[in-house]
Amino acid sequence: MVTAEQRALATVDQSVAPASTVAVVWDALGTVPDPEVPAVSIVELGIVRGVALRGGRVSIEVTPTYSGCPATEMIETMIRERLAAIGMPDVDIVRRLSPPWTTDWMAPEAKAKLTAFGIAPPHLVVGRVDVAGISPLRRAGVVVPCPRCASPRTRLLSQFGSTACKAQYRCEACLEPFDYFKPH
Amino acid sequence: MNAAGPSQGGNGAPSGGSAAAPAASVGVVSPDATRRGAVTADEALFQYLLRLGDTDVILAQRLGEWVGHGPVLEEDIALTNVGLDLLGQGRMWLSYAGEVEARGGGRGRTEDELAFLRDGGDYRNAQLAELPNGDFATTMARQFYFDCAHLMLLRGLARSTDPRVAEIAAKATKEVAYHAERSADWVIRLGDGTAESHARMQKAIDALWPYTGELFAVDAVDLALVEAGIVPDARVLRDPWLAAVDAVLMESTLAVPTGQWMQGSNARGGKQGVHTEHLGHLLAEMQFLQRAYPGAQW
Repeated sequence: MVTAEQRALATVDQSVAPASTVAVVWDALGTVPDPEVPAVSIVELGIVRGVALRGGRVSIEVTPTYSGCPATEMIETMIRERLAAIGMPDVDIVRRLSPPWTTDWMAPEAKAKLTAFGIAPPHLVVGRVDVAGISPLRRAGVVVPCPRCASPRTRLLSQFGSTACKAQYRCEACLEPFDYFKPH
Repeated sequence: MNAAGPSQGGNGAPSGGSAAAPAASVGVVSPDATRRGAVTADEALFQYLLRLGDTDVILAQRLGEWVGHGPVLEEDIALTNVGLDLLGQGRMWLSYAGEVEARGGGRGRTEDELAFLRDGGDYRNAQLAELPNGDFATTMARQFYFDCAHLMLLRGLARSTDPRVAEIAAKATKEVAYHAERSADWVIRLGDGTAESHARMQKAIDALWPYTGELFAVDAVDLALVEAGIVPDARVLRDPWLAAVDAVLMESTLAVPTGQWMQGSNARGGKQGVHTEHLGHLLAEMQFLQRAYPGAQW
């Protein structure tokens, strides 16, 4: 259903300067949730890399989180549906690989939303020790506080959780298992 | 897919294509041709991309066989997530392979055509990737050997003069670094675990060792691309790989294998289309749907 507000936006699309149309598109994309982590939008997740207008068409650059992420196609469909709903049916989606996505691009407010959703947010990748050889995970020494009770007494259960982008932990204080969004 | 050209389908297997296939067509590079060094730049790149993509796809298929069979649910999920990463990477390599095939005047096959409609002899994956899962120790030992080599190769490919190769490799490197941490973790946990887990991990490490040499062997395809700065020389990756493997095995209380004999040496391995008997069985399952119902889609 197209609301009055959306119709107004569609009108704006036809008449205003491109710069504000780009802003309208960014705002619209900010309401598209990540299908696997619906607590955050695809903009907050940092996977929308650019918005441009070219020859009356909207061009959106999207980068995948992980190479095999099964949500990639679904995200593209959701972007098209969202923009069509505000009167922008002519959308080109460009998949951009470089530079590769990192969780450091995640918006600061997204981390609070993840915690409230029960997912421990990722630590910063920048500054993480990167050894030339192979370092087993248990040497990483990262403390992942429990998103429910904030206890630092947590334990890695498995390097992967419900999706490729998460690991599985358990809190030794409140005994709840939880997902940790891996720094990537 | 006979049209893919004369293949080396293992010992004495029918080659499929006509022996008189045009030597210049892209994708038609037999082991004999690669030994002679008679490859153009795009032919070499096409072959190399198949090696990367096929190895990823075949290992992903093997890991997928663990669905519902993992020792615990968490590891079941983890194994298939690693497979998912590899499948995603394999798709990118095979898609690019199809584009390179097209620009060389070839058929320009899609990722799906390459994955589902080539026979074993046309597959270019390393033999290590196609070996059966065995027990959990065997799967993790195979993953450990592969992840370490894969990570070092990808770091080199990320500096490729071919921007497409570089960006795919840069993306994959981050995922594979995590795979290597995980598989090293398991080699240590099982090696330095119970008497039973130690014995099983040592057996797996020893049994898979002869399949690691191929990962560092080069032929005319590699050399043409090394010359152009498109790929790193796999031979120089072996020492750092060995150092990383040695360090983890030492911490695992496992003995480092000492055998010198290697499968797939002398450019007669999986990367040239010579495979173990296991690949055909894997493909029979993986390709069944497209063979039985050509063009079927979800």
